[in-house]
Amino acid sequence: MSILAKFSQLQHTYDALSAVKPNPFAVTFDEIISSTEGVIDGRQTILLGTNNYLGLTMDPECIEQSVQALRQQGTGTTGSRVANGSYASHRALEQDLANFFGREHCMVFSTGYQANLGMLSTLVGRGDHLILDADSHASIYDGARLGHAEVIRFRHSDPEDLYKRLRRLKDVPGSKMIVVEGIYSMLGDLAPLREIAAVKREMGAYLMVDEAHSMGVLGERGRGLAEAAGVEADVDFIVGTFSKSLGSVGGFCVADIEGFDILRVACRPYMFTASLPPSIIASTRQALRRLESDKPLRQRLSSNAERLYQGLRQLGLNVGPHASPIVSVALEDQELAVRFWNALLQSGLYLNLALPPATPSNRPLLRASVSAAHSRRQIDRAVELFGEVAVALGVLPATTGSPVAMVA
Amino acid sequence: MTENADNIRADVIAALTKLLPRPVALHGDTHIVQDLGLDSLAIMNFMLEIEDRFDISIPLDRAADIATIDDLVQAVASLVKQEKA
Repeated sequence: MSILAKFSQLQHTYDALSAVKPNPFAVTFDEIISSTEGVIDGRQTILLGTNNYLGLTMDPECIEQSVQALRQQGTGTTGSRVANGSYASHRALEQDLANFFGREHCMVFSTGYQANLGMLSTLVGRGDHLILDADSHASIYDGARLGHAEVIRFRHSDPEDLYKRLRRLKDVPGSKMIVVEGIYSMLGDLAPLREIAAVKREMGAYLMVDEAHSMGVLGERGRGLAEAAGVEADVDFIVGTFSKSLGSVGGFCVADIEGFDILRVACRPYMFTASLPPSIIASTRQALRRLESDKPLRQRLSSNAERLYQGLRQLGLNVGPHASPIVSVALEDQELAVRFWNALLQSGLYLNLALPPATPSNRPLLRASVSAAHSRRQIDRAVELFGEVAVALGVLPATTGSPVAMVA
Repeated sequence: MTENADNIRADVIAALTKLLPRPVALHGDTHIVQDLGLDSLAIMNFMLEIEDRFDISIPLDRAADIATIDDLVQAVASLVKQEKA
């Protein structure tokens, strides 16, 4: 029997999807025209599934900074920060992020995934407890598995369930750390962070918030949900990524805790991997400056998000509970979702197809992520295409699919 | 509330029966995932319900070792005992 035999069920599912052209999990962009447009199979396509919330991947100043760093410092660092040394810009980015969040300390990781892997596996250890939201991202679950703490889950965004679980642990020794996300990546829903912070205060635990999808999106200064909910003082650790609103790649953790720097020599996913290349650091620093200084960018994002969310909702499609830059439409079954996704792509609209078990509530999702760089026309075109395809596939009755209803 | 293996098993079976589209004879050695065709979300909700029923939290590493109904009964029994200790 082949070593790959254990994947036969998965292979079966994958083969069924591969029969669809193009395969939803193997989309290739032949060309990137702008942060909101690309070419797929020779067709000019609106990109509505890239998490490029501020559209900064094509920001001329970010590119310029990146190019300069590339010419001056080369293509890569060829080693880890602990074994092979940091570049001054690694330190400078950490200082920038600490300043931005108003925190003492920051550690930068080579991806957002690694930031969670590193912090979750290191902050808590044997005899400690991790209490995770049940709908947490894979990187949170994987970080939990890599470490040695006992891991328990509470019902998604349910502060009462969290309270019950902490109560059960009340007299158990060891540190306890709650982990939630600012915006959940599948439905775009927000954690009830104020209530969760209250539970944390009452029961005594550390609180980590993953602001991957909410940094640069929520809060007066764009710091994320903790800022928007007014509970930054209750959040002990913030993790995040550069690969969404900052338009590059990498991850980070900021905190005020005393002694933070010991983590640099305890955290394996930080120590045993190559550090970010200087060109990435340079564009990330510039993107952060832009995020800090250009508030209208965030306002455009939220107005685009609202426009898409309300547009799809008015069509009668089944969207998530909150209007956020992630707007997902739930469909009944996989076959329908794949056809819907494919019809949108053929019409020049790219977004993500998310299938169970990666989705909550076991339903397939068409997941859109909005950018500040989208024009109103692109958003309206997306809503129009959703309406047309929904009617063509019988998801909506013929009368509600008209673009007229959308403009009203 | 005294929880012995028999009434834990009865509760587990009752909770599982509710989830199944049609009645299936459930025994201690029935495999919860393999034999019942439940998806991972249904399994997670079932576990959360069991946790509520017995006022325990089943850590993920323990959950990974649970295959049969009796594995679950044993895990619940030991966690209930711990909780009371």
